[in-house]
Amino acid sequence: MTDTLNGRIEAALVSIAAASTLEALDAERVAVVGKSGFVTEQLKQLGKLPADERKVAGERINIAKNAVLEAISARRAVLDEAAFVARLASDRVDVTLPGRSSDRANLHPVTRAMERICDIFARLGYDRLDGPEIEDDWHNFEALNFAPDHPARTMHDTFWFPDGRLLRTHTSPVQIRGMCGRTPPIRLIAPGKVYRSDSDQTHSPMFHQVEGLLIDETSSFADLKGTLAAFVRSFFERDFEMRLRPSFFPFTEPSAEMDIGWSTENGETRWLEVLGCGMVHPNVLRNCGIDPERYSGFAFGLGVDRFAMLRYGADDLRAFFENDLRFLRQFA
Amino acid sequence: MKFSENWLRELVEIPVGRSDFAHRLTMSGLEVEGIDMLGAALDGIVVAEILAAEKHPDADKLKVCRVDIGTGETLQIVCGAPNARAGLKAPLAVVGTRVGEITIKAAKLRGVESNGMLCSGRELGLDNDFDGLLELPASAPVGESLAKFLLLPDALFEIGLTPNRSDCLGMHGLAREVAAEFGVPVRIAEVAAVPAVHQDTLAVRIEVPADCPRYCGRLLRGLDASAATPQWMAERLRRSGMRPVSILVDVTNYVMIEMGQPMHAFDAGSVTAPIVVRRARKGETLKLLDERTVELSEDFVVIADQAKAIALGGVMGGFDTRVTDSTTDVFLEVAHFAPSSISGRARRLGLHTDGSHRFERGVDPELPRKAVERATALLLEFAGGQAGPVDETCSTNHLPVRTPVGLRRERLHRILGVEVPDDQVGRILESLGMRVSTSAGGWSATPPSARFDIAIEEDLIEEIARIHGYDRIPVQAPRGEITPAAIPEDRIALRSFREQLAARGYSEAISYAFVAADLLKTWGLQESSIALANPLSAELAVMRTSLLPGLVAALDANRKRQQSRVRLFESGRSYHAGNDGPVEIELLSGVAVGDAGVEQWGEPGRAIDFFDLKGDVESLFRLAGSDASTLRFAAGAPDWLHPGRSATIWRGETRVGFAGALNPRLQKALDLDADVYVFELELATLAGRQVPVASQLSRFPSVRRDIAIVLADEIPYTDVEASIRGAVGERLVDLVLFDRYTGPHLGNGVKSLAMGLILQDRSRTLTDQDADQCVDLAVTALATGYNAKLRG
Repeated sequence: MTDTLNGRIEAALVSIAAASTLEALDAERVAVVGKSGFVTEQLKQLGKLPADERKVAGERINIAKNAVLEAISARRAVLDEAAFVARLASDRVDVTLPGRSSDRANLHPVTRAMERICDIFARLGYDRLDGPEIEDDWHNFEALNFAPDHPARTMHDTFWFPDGRLLRTHTSPVQIRGMCGRTPPIRLIAPGKVYRSDSDQTHSPMFHQVEGLLIDETSSFADLKGTLAAFVRSFFERDFEMRLRPSFFPFTEPSAEMDIGWSTENGETRWLEVLGCGMVHPNVLRNCGIDPERYSGFAFGLGVDRFAMLRYGADDLRAFFENDLRFLRQFA
Repeated sequence: MKFSENWLRELVEIPVGRSDFAHRLTMSGLEVEGIDMLGAALDGIVVAEILAAEKHPDADKLKVCRVDIGTGETLQIVCGAPNARAGLKAPLAVVGTRVGEITIKAAKLRGVESNGMLCSGRELGLDNDFDGLLELPASAPVGESLAKFLLLPDALFEIGLTPNRSDCLGMHGLAREVAAEFGVPVRIAEVAAVPAVHQDTLAVRIEVPADCPRYCGRLLRGLDASAATPQWMAERLRRSGMRPVSILVDVTNYVMIEMGQPMHAFDAGSVTAPIVVRRARKGETLKLLDERTVELSEDFVVIADQAKAIALGGVMGGFDTRVTDSTTDVFLEVAHFAPSSISGRARRLGLHTDGSHRFERGVDPELPRKAVERATALLLEFAGGQAGPVDETCSTNHLPVRTPVGLRRERLHRILGVEVPDDQVGRILESLGMRVSTSAGGWSATPPSARFDIAIEEDLIEEIARIHGYDRIPVQAPRGEITPAAIPEDRIALRSFREQLAARGYSEAISYAFVAADLLKTWGLQESSIALANPLSAELAVMRTSLLPGLVAALDANRKRQQSRVRLFESGRSYHAGNDGPVEIELLSGVAVGDAGVEQWGEPGRAIDFFDLKGDVESLFRLAGSDASTLRFAAGAPDWLHPGRSATIWRGETRVGFAGALNPRLQKALDLDADVYVFELELATLAGRQVPVASQLSRFPSVRRDIAIVLADEIPYTDVEASIRGAVGERLVDLVLFDRYTGPHLGNGVKSLAMGLILQDRSRTLTDQDADQCVDLAVTALATGYNAKLRG
């Protein structure tokens, strides 16, 4: 009997190890420890043995039974794992398909450039100020030291309203609004739309400027140069050759235009005019109730559209205001 | 302004080459905008005379010419120019010469031998005239190199002069400026007086000495108006951008270009003395040289004779008294007009002349006498004739006065941020023609009469900075204190709104602030609109009263470019006429057309509806945090919106804006092919919010009770919500509408709303009884207020 049991057990262990499905494994279990499995049968036979043999035989059968049950359990774990792996393997999606609701648009390149400029000056302590676009002659011209009929006015092709008001030709009138009623030190920037009655590839009847103004007791032309150099480096994330050229604006003296040395594809450097600036004219300070003996300062006005064109490589200003989605979508 | 480099180099020794010179000019404030090379490749081009020109035997348009180039033998040249004729002198490229891209060879043209090429100005890069051969004057020496004869090569500089530098509007002034920049002397000859050989003058009376404080007149008799303008003068005029006309006109133009003093030559025979300088009479008319008759007002200065106005002072001469081919006696007028009497006048007549350009910027008041002598000398030399005396009328009191301007050393240093050595300051000021004296604290400088732009200390500072060199001023950071302004946290930044809309698929647009009047009318938005007095075009004539007409037009343009789904937004202003002047309103607007979402494989497509748009708008409200609940949609909107699918948005009693579908009538009028949804919000109201205040979280669990009620369809959901919130009070921490149903089971005009009430208490866990009680409060309120019933 012992030999029979051992033989059967060994055969069962072999079958269990070979079982490839849970059903086959269960069949083995039933054959060994099921109601009429051979181990169960042997246990039923125990009572027929003499008492002194019964204990030994019982232990032997139990050991054999446990070995089989352990083998089944181990095999089940293997089969479970295999089934899980198989299920995982079949549970897949094409991860390269587009996701849902992936639409996202973007800001206008001029806004991008404008925010960038304002951010840089905010870090330098400049407060942001707005002013009206429909201005009066006093703020746009006269307070800025443009006498009536002065030829400098012809540099500003002005849109007029029948009542004598005008569309501001620059953001400089915000200087006036900013200085009147404030006490230096003053640092402010004024971003916004400006208008000139001019239209071609490089001129739009509406464009954008940021005006900057700094007034205090020590500011100098050297400070102006330092401020602009820091700004340009920060905006373009590059070091540029830059130069200030003497120029003329009625509201600054000395006045300058700033050029930056722009490298072209064939390695040449072209000087590009990017802004006008200068030391605030004493008449302008006086017009705003600031004592030019005590205070001095500088102002600059830069063309945002120009900066956006240079930064993002756009070459037709008019495209900025045509609102063609194919154009706008490039600036994400 | 355009000038010839050769000419300038005669007037001042420029110690550097062309490109360095251009750079120095630019860096001293005379921006070089362009340099055109003239006659750089004229080797082998000579002056030729056509001795005979006969028709080519086999070609209608060709001529066979016999040409003398001074070598003793005549050349046979086949030529197609219409002006090739016997006696003409023209440039000729001899065999072996390069003209442009080709090398001239001896060749047969239609069987006739040709040994060189007669050239047009365009072929030689001298002008743009390619209709025929460049005609040279009869005096041109045959055989001479063309370059030598035309004083070539030369470079034409174009400089952008700022309006303050009128002193550089003449070659002499320019030479003085360059001399100062390089610290070298000018070579400008003194002008000698031409003695009078007769004593005739025309009497001159100045009625407006403030407008015209100096007037030099001179009568020249017996001139030959048909005399040739000398080659050098004609060339210099051309290179200054002027066309030679006749000796009488050319001399006046030449002296203007040379000295910067405009002048005018009258035909003395057409003028009856005395000459009067006065203001025009209201409505007075004058036929100008350009043959236009202009009507004048009282602020124009005119030159008049006994009969009528004969010239527009400082701007342009009159037609009737102009010099002609038959003129023999000339009355030369060389006057000083005050800038204030000229500025703006020409522009008002649509004119811009060399005279008005200079006088309105300021011409050296000391020039008239020198200029009249210079012009006289040139006229006598080239047109013959006899000069009378110079008759100068001058009101010294009204001449511009140059007073000494003080300059403090300390101020110079402070404004520039650099110390310029004393001796250099003195040298710079003197080189600019100023009379300088020094004192302990600085300098005092009197500007020359030609400079109208130096009146205060800062003007001198700029002159010193300019000549010293802006690039020698250091680069430094401002040292002043920085006091950042408060950043108002109870305002939502425009940037956040923009980012939010972009995140929801709206591309940012920027449109012109002016639109067509008709467009506003189509929208019914023309009320309180403001029209420009001088628009660029009818399309850009009226300030927009809303961003939407422009945005919808942009949307339509994109649809026509095959973009079926369009989302655009813009932030900008609208402009309205108000009682106290124009009103500008900051708006945030958007337009949408096409599918609700982008086309996607996993989700069915559907057209955009009101609630897609509303979701976009509500996403903006959410930036206000807990304050979002103060913003609400209410039915009713302006005529340009769909009456049933649009809403007015309110915050308390203040209107924030509108949202909804365009009115189908407007859609049709605008020829739009799909339903367009729009919103327009006023930023001032939209951007308000509270700075958040943290509150204690409840430690007790919340419970949810769902109810479904049936009530009349026309009752707005917001009323239901408000009713429930009011009835339940603080314990209702959230309310979710999870279903809305209408259908035949319920009957007509009735809807069912299913809502979840999330209930919570701060001090204890709510019991079932508590929750039931809350639900009862809600149901009772709805029953009382709206006759709503619980759905069975």
